[in-house]
Amino acid sequence: MKWGVVTFPGSLDDRDALFALRDVLEQDAELLWHKDRDLRNADCVVLPGGFSYGDYLRCGAMARFSPVMESVVDFARRGGLVLGICNGFQILCEAHLLPGALTRNRSLSFICERIIVKVENSQTPFTCAADSGELLRLPIKHGEGRYVAPADELRRMEDRGQILLRYVDQNGEATDSANPNGSTHCIAGVANDTFNVFGLMPHPEHAVEPMLGGDDGIRIFRSIIQSLG
Amino acid sequence: MLVKVFITPKRGVLDPQGRAIEHSLKSLGFNNVGQVRMGKYIELEVAAASSEEAASEVKRMCDQLLANSVIEDYRLEVERA
Repeated sequence: MKWGVVTFPGSLDDRDALFALRDVLEQDAELLWHKDRDLRNADCVVLPGGFSYGDYLRCGAMARFSPVMESVVDFARRGGLVLGICNGFQILCEAHLLPGALTRNRSLSFICERIIVKVENSQTPFTCAADSGELLRLPIKHGEGRYVAPADELRRMEDRGQILLRYVDQNGEATDSANPNGSTHCIAGVANDTFNVFGLMPHPEHAVEPMLGGDDGIRIFRSIIQSLG
Repeated sequence: MLVKVFITPKRGVLDPQGRAIEHSLKSLGFNNVGQVRMGKYIELEVAAASSEEAASEVKRMCDQLLANSVIEDYRLEVERA
């Protein structure tokens, strides 16, 4: 399979994602420029973390209108796999490929720490290499990661199993103290209702080798490889 | 035309900035202050034949870019520049 990692002006983690895919997972992956509409036959498109277009107006609001996003929206509507990490998650919400929005952290502070998430639904292309209920230790680093969605939408998402990752404590409980940013229902990652678009605030690409403090992030990438394999 | 856009967090969406301002004001002794909501203010110059035309144009801008309807409300004021 082939991966495309988009570089927007202000992207920070595009090369980290490329490193994870190429060097650690030995995948065929290349960078896609925000002005190009050609996705170069990618089977999965990754929107990386960072501060695209300076996060002006709202995080992800400007990136949504870049030429590459027209192709990404088409690709997603045709069922192509799209993974949005951190700023990429914000862009997917702004582009209406995912429901809800990401807002200022409850604490008003930028948070940079290691947290634990629970895999809530392992029957998806993004989580199939993990078990439901499995705990993953991943880094987060964001100022605007508090997930919100309208109550009726949230109910539908919970019913359909669109909440793929939730912030939990060491016992796997989604408690308020385990919720780093105040996200509704401790939500850390969600999929669309056709399960081909996934956004998450934690950074799997920063957790792919023991030297980086852990390699639980590999589970997410392996799932995608497995689902297309 | 000069169009002024006021964007505020929707009622019911937690506004930690507004809450922090509210607490600071209370600690300064402004005890009459109730809930504080913190938003954005955008001024736009728009070429239009009438106030109505300018308002409807900016409303489309708000729906497509300036505001996010999931978390924000907006209102407009139009002034002849």
